[in-house]
Amino acid sequence: MTIIVFTILLLAGSLIAGLLGSLTGLGGGVVLIPLLTLVFKVDIHYAIGTSLISVIATSSGAAAAYVKEGITNVRLGMFLELATTLGAITGAFLSTYISTSIIAIIFGCVLIFSAIASFSKKEVPIETENKSTLAKKLRLNNSYPTNLGEQFYNVTNVGGGFITMNIAGILSGLLGIGSGALKVIAMDNIMRIPFKVSTTTSNFMIGVTAAASAGIYLKRGYIDPGLSMPVVLGVLIGAFLGSKILFKVKSSTLRIVFAFVILALAFEMIYNGFIHQI
Amino acid sequence: MKFTNPKEGDKNMEILMGNLLRYGVLISATFVLAGSIIYLAQHGLEKPQYHYFLGEPSRFIHLKDIIADALNGHAKSIIQFGLILLIATPIARIVFSIIDFFLEKDYLYVAITAIVLSIIFLSLIF
Repeated sequence: MTIIVFTILLLAGSLIAGLLGSLTGLGGGVVLIPLLTLVFKVDIHYAIGTSLISVIATSSGAAAAYVKEGITNVRLGMFLELATTLGAITGAFLSTYISTSIIAIIFGCVLIFSAIASFSKKEVPIETENKSTLAKKLRLNNSYPTNLGEQFYNVTNVGGGFITMNIAGILSGLLGIGSGALKVIAMDNIMRIPFKVSTTTSNFMIGVTAAASAGIYLKRGYIDPGLSMPVVLGVLIGAFLGSKILFKVKSSTLRIVFAFVILALAFEMIYNGFIHQI
Repeated sequence: MKFTNPKEGDKNMEILMGNLLRYGVLISATFVLAGSIIYLAQHGLEKPQYHYFLGEPSRFIHLKDIIADALNGHAKSIIQFGLILLIATPIARIVFSIIDFFLEKDYLYVAITAIVLSIIFLSLIF
């Protein structure tokens, strides 16, 4: 295979990964790393570096659209970035000391978790009472525009959310993914933030979190221009197309199909990790 | 006025950040695309090697080398420069946030955001 064929195939694969990632809300990273390691036989360190770069691209691109709508809670995002960036650096440091087989197995487990989480999404009622003094001190309580006008909400369990975000950051730095699924869980189920706000705020944070570990990956020589180029462009085009057709496709059927694809990839990653093929 | 109505200040910040992120991504993608075209024209028929991890040579790691090589028209260095702009985009957003929180006189968030920025710079030092 020549570089030009390799680049075209990788561009096509990344485009599909970006498209599916944006349609299902799981992000492109979860498909990209199995695609690179299992299909293209790329070393997992290169795959993680490349995936991180694409995560920054899609997160920044989507955040540009979201922040303008006034749904994102900027203060909440900034406060939780303390937890995610510290985690991301920890994860990036750990990645050099943990064997690639173990990384593959952890990655598989996170994939399974993300697939299950995408099914068990339930509406959490908005907290109207202000219970957390910390949330008040940090000015985290906010409102967002809905069809019925501004909807106010209160943030609860700031500490629990902070710790979960720290774990999300570690996984992001270790595996080169956005950890969007875990971030949304931390905000929805623990901090009781409306789904729309948590999705956009999580996306807002992903880019900063990834930038914190991308610096370390760059210095370690894990980010290759030839490999990152088709992946970044492919994922960006895919995510852009995804945002355009988001309301025209039936996302529930797509999510089920995608969840099964992810489960299959997860078992493949775990298996390869156990037989030390990765 | 801004201080008593935080929602108003947030709105301006949101528009500024939205544009910053959008142009950051567009400009870096342009560099990546331009570099890729030159790269494929020059090396398209060679064989890729990513199966074994070797680590990148220092000319793709240090910003000074990357810029110098990119200015000389080295294709892979132009791509790498685009990738660094991409990494810098969310970092630039944080810098803008510090300024904005400062103008809003929200010193608690000036401090929080400054800590986030220091954590990122810490990662670049080690």
